[in-house]
Amino acid sequence: MSYELIGITVLWIFLYGYLIVASIDFGAGFLSSYTVLTGKKHIIHGVIERYLSPVWEVTNVFLVFFMIGFVGFFPDTAFYYGTALLIPGSIAIVLLAIRGSYYAFSTYGARDRKIYILLYGASGLLIPASLSTVLTISEGGFIDAEDGKVTFLFRELLLSSYSWAVILLALVSVLYISATFLTYYAHRAKDMPALELLRKYALFWSFPTIGSSLLVFYAISYHNPIHYAGMVDLSWMFALSLTCFIIAISLIWTRQRYGTAFILVMLQFALAFFGYGASHLPYILYPYLTMYDNFTNEAMALALIIAFVAGLLLLIPSLYLIMKLFLFNTKYVEGREKK
Amino acid sequence: MPEYDPILYSRILTFTTLAFHIIFATIGVGVPVMIALAEWMGIKRKDPHYLLLARRWARGFVITVAIGVVTGTAIGLQLNLLWPSFMRVAGQAIALPLFMETFAFFFEAIFLGIYLYTWDRFENKMTHFYLLIPVVIGSSASAFFITAVNAFMNTPQGFRMENGKIVDIQPLVAMFNPATSTKVSHVLSSAYLTSAFVLGAIAAYALLKGKDHVYYKKALKLTMTAALIFAVATAAIGDLSGKFLAKYQPVKLAAAEWHFETAKEAPLVLGGVLNKEDNTIKYGLKIPYALSILAHGNPGSEVLGLEEFPEDERPPLSIHYMFDAMVAIGIFLLLVSLIYCVLARRRKGSPKRRWNPNNRPLLWAIVAGGPLSVLAIELGWMFAERGRQPWILVGFMKTSEGATTSAHVDTMLLLFVTLYIILGFTVIRILTKMFKNHSAEDEINAIKAEADITKAERNSMEATGNHSETEVNSKL
Ligand code: HDD
Ligand code: HEM
Ligand code: HEM
Repeated sequence: MSYELIGITVLWIFLYGYLIVASIDFGAGFLSSYTVLTGKKHIIHGVIERYLSPVWEVTNVFLVFFMIGFVGFFPDTAFYYGTALLIPGSIAIVLLAIRGSYYAFSTYGARDRKIYILLYGASGLLIPASLSTVLTISEGGFIDAEDGKVTFLFRELLLSSYSWAVILLALVSVLYISATFLTYYAHRAKDMPALELLRKYALFWSFPTIGSSLLVFYAISYHNPIHYAGMVDLSWMFALSLTCFIIAISLIWTRQRYGTAFILVMLQFALAFFGYGASHLPYILYPYLTMYDNFTNEAMALALIIAFVAGLLLLIPSLYLIMKLFLFNTKYVEGREKK
Repeated sequence: MPEYDPILYSRILTFTTLAFHIIFATIGVGVPVMIALAEWMGIKRKDPHYLLLARRWARGFVITVAIGVVTGTAIGLQLNLLWPSFMRVAGQAIALPLFMETFAFFFEAIFLGIYLYTWDRFENKMTHFYLLIPVVIGSSASAFFITAVNAFMNTPQGFRMENGKIVDIQPLVAMFNPATSTKVSHVLSSAYLTSAFVLGAIAAYALLKGKDHVYYKKALKLTMTAALIFAVATAAIGDLSGKFLAKYQPVKLAAAEWHFETAKEAPLVLGGVLNKEDNTIKYGLKIPYALSILAHGNPGSEVLGLEEFPEDERPPLSIHYMFDAMVAIGIFLLLVSLIYCVLARRRKGSPKRRWNPNNRPLLWAIVAGGPLSVLAIELGWMFAERGRQPWILVGFMKTSEGATTSAHVDTMLLLFVTLYIILGFTVIRILTKMFKNHSAEDEINAIKAEADITKAERNSMEATGNHSETEVNSKL
């Protein structure tokens, strides 16, 4: 494997990690404020809070890691995306800031102020929407880089049906992923009312997820035919992804093996996400940037990869520890553990 | 209205974000150390007051960390958005510490999550304490890595420039550049000092408001003892930083000291007003030989003056005041913590109350030390960063070449200033509310009551052999 490929793979894995943990977080935020509105809060709030409280900061680091790593491995992306994304990027920052801090405030500080919870819930949907536009932009057609001057074609983005299809997919996936995870978590917590409600949400959001992915396929075939052709070449990955989806949903439908179902959901997204990413290569920003002409120098690439491996050796045991304490510790999950 | 200039707005926005972040980052680096001290004392001395102290500090810490995390994420994104050309170059040479910093964050975040939710989970109290060690290491390591990046901007090395391209890169040489050691140690020691003083100021304020529990006196003694050690270290390392500047960035030192002509036996001027026509200084306090001592440790040595440097490479002369104010605050903090510690020791020997360390003027001075130490951090960074101008990467890239060319930076500035104002106000409100609603006295009583209950229960359990599982209300 070339350094370029290792680099992009590492980053893609972390983005995938962010996709999963952040979806759980964002979706849970939305669901919990939705239940505040519909008066069903008491049913699922405990489950959500017990899972989210210890891990929200960890979620954020996945994003930071991806961002910093990208500039490390592909310094030119800072130049193109940095110039182009000033406005959407800043909006995403503000939303993340509101979300992160108000989450802490409402959980640790002034409990249960409605306005905090609503802000928290709304930002849970707006952030994935604004972050997903970065993927849209990478398909080309929204950035103009003539004579070294980079301009962002905001109007095109607003009027593009592809862009809206991606946003739709991002939103429903967030709700679907987090509902399937929380179903599993509620099951472990032996919290039957929460399980029933969350299972209903999971089933409700499953078909829109598949529907909007088909929509994205369709839209990309017009927007970027080259990428579409690449995706067709990798169609086995997408077919497998669909299979995972079908099994996962039938498991949840028949009320068995919620844990396996969630792993299948993760696989479903992994296959689709890596299929999408692999067919995107070698372009990082179509048609201006490929991963080859902007890679960092060899010395830095090697240093980054070594640092990465060393970092993983630290991280994996720590992640295991936090999961053991908060995810797989039945006493804690059921809320019987002293804090 | 001045004409729209993305460079100017980028600078102001960077300044605003960093100045806001650094407050929470400093607390984020220093407070875990203080929590660790308190918890350790509590366990070793079996003193529930220290344990409660650790718990209450940790509870407030969660709120400040949240702000540190979100503003830090903002900087990480903003550096790319506002300084794309700089990041393109710097990314090649100094990506390594930035990348490693994210691992430090990961490490810190994971263990902080565990630490906060496992107060009463382990049989052995030390287990919980050990969970804090990775948090301390993680936050101090992140300060180390990010400061190494900043040091690189001041003394870049580990690469060559060839036809505008960066070649021959040595990541470790770039990371361990000449500025790294003094900068990192000064940043760390000043962060510990600031955190000790901020926490001490809270305890002193409570005593001033007539709260008289020993809990506050213990808090004050712990924080002021730590503060004294860190204040001595900060001043000593600050002196080394001066020597570093004299060797590697003489123009920064000369501008900070309004030292125009190269001279031996150079005096140090505190304060003063500069006459720009003939470069004379009025009203300043002149300390003979002091600049030569600060620069080289020898009263007779020669210190380079501003005249040696081209006019368009000199930093703004206003940094003089920032340097002076930082040093003045440093000396003030040192004296205050020293006086407190001396009085606290003295009192043990003589039972007379004449040397009360908790006398009102001293308590007020400690209260003032909290905000002043934060101010010193801000001033120190303004001095270091403005003193680097006009360069963003000294000798290689001017700040104006590194900035974005995007329109709308002014709108973004407005957006972020609004955000920081809202966050700033909310954090203050939440923190005051949080601690008002749960006063330390109430919690101490609760702990006592709980201990009594547990004791009573154990007795009754022994009596009846009953194995009922009791749910003790969580105090978090
Ligand atoms: C509580 C905060 C605090 C206190 C009391 C002091 N400093 Fe400081 N100083 C900082 C907080 C700080 C800082 C914010 O951490 C800086 C900014 C950049 C840096 O590296 O550290 C700094 C920078 C800084 C620099 C510039 C380093 C550079 O640009 O590379 C020098 C020469 C000093 N300091 C010297 C001193 C001296 C002689 C002090 C005497 C007591 C002192 N500082 C107290
Ligand atoms: C250019 C400057 C800086 C950048 C790019 C930056 C970046 C960041 C980022 C991305 C985070 C959030 C990490 C997370 O998600 O957990 C963060 C938080 C943090 N930063 Fe900064 N930072 C900068 C300056 C500093 C400085 C100077 C220090 C220390 C002296 C510092 C210390 C910290 C700490 C300790 C945290 C963890 C949050 C906390 O405990 O409060 N940062 N920073
Ligand atoms: C990779 C990192 C960094 C970049 C690209 C960067 C860049 C800049 C730039 C361009 C300015 C504007 C200078 C001016 O107009 O005077 C600035 C100012 C400032 N920076 Fe940095 N810096 C970095 C690291 C840091 C760190 C680690 C800190 C510590 C907190 C810091 C603190 C500040 C402060 C306080 C100012 C305001 C100085 C003033 O009054 O102008 N910077 N920075």
